[in-house]
Amino acid sequence: MSDTIKTDVLIIGAGPVGLFAVFELGLLDIKTHLVDILDKVGGQCAELYPEKPIYDIPGIPLITGHGLSEALMEQIKPFHPTFHLGEMVTTIENIGDPLFRVTTDTGKTFECKSVVIAAGGGSFQPKRPPIAGIEPYEDKSVFYAVRKMENFRGKDIMIVGGGDSALDWTLNLQPIAKRLTLVHRRDDFRGAPDSVNKMRALVAAGAMDLRIGQVSELEGADGQLNAASIKDKDGAVTRVACDAMLPFFGLTMKLGPVAGWGLEMDGELVKVDVSTFETNRPGIFAIGDINTYPGKLKLILSGFHEGALMSQKVHHYVHPEKRLVFQYTTSSTSLQKKLGVA
Amino acid sequence: MPNVTFIEHDGTVHTVEAELGATVMETALKNDVSSIVAECGGGCTCATCMVYVDDAWSALVGPPSADEEYQLDSAFEVKPTSRLSCQIKITEALDGLVVRTPAYQGR
Repeated sequence: MSDTIKTDVLIIGAGPVGLFAVFELGLLDIKTHLVDILDKVGGQCAELYPEKPIYDIPGIPLITGHGLSEALMEQIKPFHPTFHLGEMVTTIENIGDPLFRVTTDTGKTFECKSVVIAAGGGSFQPKRPPIAGIEPYEDKSVFYAVRKMENFRGKDIMIVGGGDSALDWTLNLQPIAKRLTLVHRRDDFRGAPDSVNKMRALVAAGAMDLRIGQVSELEGADGQLNAASIKDKDGAVTRVACDAMLPFFGLTMKLGPVAGWGLEMDGELVKVDVSTFETNRPGIFAIGDINTYPGKLKLILSGFHEGALMSQKVHHYVHPEKRLVFQYTTSSTSLQKKLGVA
Repeated sequence: MPNVTFIEHDGTVHTVEAELGATVMETALKNDVSSIVAECGGGCTCATCMVYVDDAWSALVGPPSADEEYQLDSAFEVKPTSRLSCQIKITEALDGLVVRTPAYQGR
């Protein structure tokens, strides 16, 4: 087992609200680590609308999702948060009063005095294709990610999709596959032009197959695929041998492990106290789109406000011996020192 | 105001009034058409608001843009009449529009 990482607060989710929580906690001398399932910071701002304008950030008439993430990263720089990207928190266990042991799906363990859930709409997970009877094959011969390339050596691989993930894995796995088939619904790819050209060259050289259509049926037994049927746009069906399949249809938000943390929920949202944004588990807080309370609005600015109030209560857990004096960044020398501007 | 009819996969029919200039996706959400997910809120980035435009309306509604066509790559059971409903704006000419929703929007 890896060494336990000790920190004051673990923030789950590195979207705008999680990022700004680093700032508010940092002003109160509270150290943070953040975990996010995406391989980048920014959450929905980065994944769903990096180039789309946002018009309702106070004082900023217009900023893109990407721009807001960048600006927040700049703003929280003085507090040196540590990011753990491409990981998902799976369990939160009470080991003190309050003290938590938090684990991720990669086996990392954290020990912290408070946990802040800023998980937005939940975790971004791969879209599962609606092919009848796909479930028994998942994680046995149908995979949504490549963990170890070696596992695909010598196999009849079918990759489904037309974006960069599908093309990148086509190029990476083609040399070690017995035969690789790329399936896409149309003969046009929006991936990087260089990858598209390389893929087309492999097809022209007879080193792989490209089929235009949608996967309609799987064949196999005990979780092991042996063939897939592909329906073209005229309805004609072709059967292709395949013992490993990789569908790449992008990501969707799922609540994920949050549901199993013993939190009082309202549907897929976490109930919180409106003065502290603490959940029913003392020391565990929820801010931003993931929480609910009377009058809740899913706005980034509301998440920022929730982060500021949450920090006051977290201070009580992290520094119980210290009295909290409310201060302004405009005038407080002590806050300005923390920001590196005094 | 123009009318739009949503026919859901399970056969539920909603005929609703739509605001001019709003999108078909916004019209669906306002009227609890539950098979329109619209995860990204109308940004043409998630492909969870796909509809099949009725054959009689397909030509008038028109084809998807290149960007939208790319997003349709991450939808399922895509047909020639597939569109993302967040990219169809309601006009007077679309009064009476009929769209069907798929069984699955990816979540």
